Amino acid sequence: MKKIRFSNFYIGLILVIMYLPILLIVVYSFNESKISSVWGGFSLKWYEMLKTDRAMHEAIGNSLLLGVLSCSAAAVIGTLGAVGMSRIKLRTKGMVEYISMLPIMVPEIILGMVFMTFFALIGLPFGMATLVIAHTAFCIPYVYMMVKARLAGMDISLIEAARDLGASPWRAFFDITLPLIFPAVLSGMLLAFAMSLDDVVISIFVTGAETNTLPVKIYTQMKTGVTPEINALCTIMLVVTLTIVGISGIVNKKSKVGKLRNEENYEK
Amino acid sequence: MKRQNRYGLFMSIPMYIFTLVFVLAPLCYMVLLSFLTRAEVWGVVNEITLENYQNIFTPVYIKTFYESLKLACICMVFIILVGYPFGYFMARLSAPWKKRVSMLLMIPFWTSALIRMYGWIIIFRSNGILDKFLMGLGITKQPLKLLYTYPAVVVGMVYALVPFMIFSVYSSAEKMDWSYVEAARDLGASPIKAFFTVTFPLTIPGLMSGIVLTFVPSMGLFFIADILGGNKVVLVGNLIQEQLMKARNWPFAAALSVTLMLLTSVIIWIYRKVAKVKDLEGFY
Amino acid sequence: MEQSILKLQGIEKKFGDTKVLKGIDLTVEQGEFITLLGPSGCGKTTTLRIISGLEQPDIGNVLLAGEDVTEYAPEKRDVNTVFQNYALFPHMNVYDNIAYGMKIKKMAKAEIQERVVEVLSMVQLSGYEKRMPSQLSGGQKQRVAIARAIVNKPKLLLLDEPLGALDLQLRRQMQVELKRLQKRLGITFIYITHDQEEAINMSSRIVVMRDGILEQVGTPDEIYHHPRTSYVAQFVGNSNIVTGEIIKKEGNLFTVQIGKEQVQLMDNSKKELGEQVAIAIRSENIQIGRQYKNIGLSAIVKEKNFAGGMLRMTLTLKNGKELVASRHGIDADGEEGEEIFCFWEPEQAVLVELSKQTADSLRLGKDWEGKNEKAE
Repeated sequence: MKKIRFSNFYIGLILVIMYLPILLIVVYSFNESKISSVWGGFSLKWYEMLKTDRAMHEAIGNSLLLGVLSCSAAAVIGTLGAVGMSRIKLRTKGMVEYISMLPIMVPEIILGMVFMTFFALIGLPFGMATLVIAHTAFCIPYVYMMVKARLAGMDISLIEAARDLGASPWRAFFDITLPLIFPAVLSGMLLAFAMSLDDVVISIFVTGAETNTLPVKIYTQMKTGVTPEINALCTIMLVVTLTIVGISGIVNKKSKVGKLRNEENYEK
Repeated sequence: MKRQNRYGLFMSIPMYIFTLVFVLAPLCYMVLLSFLTRAEVWGVVNEITLENYQNIFTPVYIKTFYESLKLACICMVFIILVGYPFGYFMARLSAPWKKRVSMLLMIPFWTSALIRMYGWIIIFRSNGILDKFLMGLGITKQPLKLLYTYPAVVVGMVYALVPFMIFSVYSSAEKMDWSYVEAARDLGASPIKAFFTVTFPLTIPGLMSGIVLTFVPSMGLFFIADILGGNKVVLVGNLIQEQLMKARNWPFAAALSVTLMLLTSVIIWIYRKVAKVKDLEGFY
Repeated sequence: MEQSILKLQGIEKKFGDTKVLKGIDLTVEQGEFITLLGPSGCGKTTTLRIISGLEQPDIGNVLLAGEDVTEYAPEKRDVNTVFQNYALFPHMNVYDNIAYGMKIKKMAKAEIQERVVEVLSMVQLSGYEKRMPSQLSGGQKQRVAIARAIVNKPKLLLLDEPLGALDLQLRRQMQVELKRLQKRLGITFIYITHDQEEAINMSSRIVVMRDGILEQVGTPDEIYHHPRTSYVAQFVGNSNIVTGEIIKKEGNLFTVQIGKEQVQLMDNSKKELGEQVAIAIRSENIQIGRQYKNIGLSAIVKEKNFAGGMLRMTLTLKNGKELVASRHGIDADGEEGEEIFCFWEPEQAVLVELSKQTADSLRLGKDWEGKNEKAE
């Protein structure tokens, strides 16, 4: 009995430490005082300050645009890829799959330099275009993995039934496959969006002088000095990220309840 | 069959093209770049050379690799000390609590690492939360000035990476059949003896995969050293960034990256040989 | 002359290195109820998938109403399938599932509506339009799957073990309903099963398959009473196979020597004196007595057990081969370990060709029964 109480205490303690930095940011974003170690009373003034910060608005706009573009591109490429590659037996398939996963396995710094040197080589001007390509590269794995897992649980005879009833391959894809994997596409997309919104390392390398994303801006400010404004900004980012991840989780969970297989059929 | 193939192929085309053009080609270029010569002013000259790799073996850079490995090892010790008990205890929780705790672990994981590091700045800075707390308790007399020190970097790294270890250990402890432990107890082993003779050997695969999952990224997390360590702690990651952005010696940065990747591949390869497991347990 | 609805010509199919179909030739006429019968892995499902277009043969042609459709995609063929696991679209309700094929053909809404209602009443599920597949029982799903296929009025309806997942009672009921439906619609059915009883009850013709070849094609009566090979005799009729040499032939009455004993049978075979032959006798036709006769075999009762209203006796012959005799009721001569004498009426045994598989198992002295295997 005593042992179990210790283990619970331990888990609780570590969790508190894990949340402490995050909580502090949130708490201090409402701090009236400019000095973050002193509590000067509740205030929304840092949020109001954000409202008028033009550069910040631009960075937020860039980040959102980048997130939407890259996660949409990843959704199309990743979904088509997962469906298509589940049906082909090319020898290069495994290799392509492996390479496409590299962007989330290789250390971010290396990925950043790889993209930077490559874009310089092909003469692509640094800016939104390079950002979108780089972000799409590390967004694809999230969509691909989600969709692939969902496809594995899908009964192939559903597609065959559609074909049998007169649907062309494309018609069967839009009528049957897509609706059934859609929750996976959506949750993969949301995760990808959250990752894109948070990315700093890769963005630093591939962004242009003109295009600042929010995390890059926060990073540069952090290095130069701490302002309570960043607290407020981080809090907003936290809320946005967590909301997206939360929605993604709910979407994924809901679709698991609606069975893809007619499982009961196999019961006696 | 052939018909379905054609249709699947058609759908795979975007993924094939994107992967080959924007992932494989850049990676190949990096390898190529590491063998090219740096131009006088800006960019590279197409002359094949091994100089970049030779440069790595100059004492100052060897030292950086050594420092990186040392930091990674130090972090590893703490990650295991914190993560292993957590994963083990977590596996013994009741089913609904397992879910809740893993949710709680995942949430910070999905938020920006940058933001989480920023939180530590608030804690560590001179006269910050930690100093106030410790001085309030009378443990220390004056501010510790922890920010921009080696320990701060270690804390930041451990903090960022420990969830990987927790999930790895948890998933292997979860799969374990607890009746083995009961059997050991039944055969007369004390709880501690049962842990070291039964539980621990059975959770080694999880521990091993946790080590790989955390060791590899800990070499590349340059921004943690940057934010929490100031310029005092220079890791391979920082070196790469510096060579790219400041020194503009791209071929050398590429050579460093290739070396880092080789190093991490070797670690994973050793892990697979030793643990005889095909996939890393836990995370994905 | 009217065209056959389906012709399979020399169909061969390989999966990797395994040859699943080794030359299938089959002609099906309009309105037939054909059953492909065989154990799992015999190639019956592959045959069906080749007819529907979900697989393509490596060699051979598929002719549908005289037209070569070998190269046609499944959606281009006037054939519909009832899938083994029903394959109802889980995100569509019953109405949309059934209407799917007609929507693709861009039929008028009113006509779709009318036909769905009609077909639902045909399968006795009127009023279930709005239900989702997950809200249906196994039997109801089965009916929806059938309705979804027949509503398109295909030339051929393919059914891949459609009753496999249902319990025995529901199975019997659905057998009757399917048979009735087939008569009413006049659509040609090609039906797959591994259950010989189901095949005999429902079919107008049975195709017995084994290892990618057609072992025998015939009416249920032919298959049951005149199996061509030992395999068919065992698989369909639970027959015992004994081998021996023809020593006498008087018209249709053959006398066969087995070891030192003799048995008789009636067959219009052209086999000659001195030939080695295999004889098939169904277990229920083996009679047992304590009295020794000139014609018959002596054996020792190895085992007696009673199951499902039948008494099964395993007998060991002099040559070590085992026979199974069965009869209704619990009374029978012979206790375990006792020597008895078994015999049969000559017209109840037939000559069969020895299939390779059976030959192997005979050599090993084992009683091989393919029907024990569960389908894939």
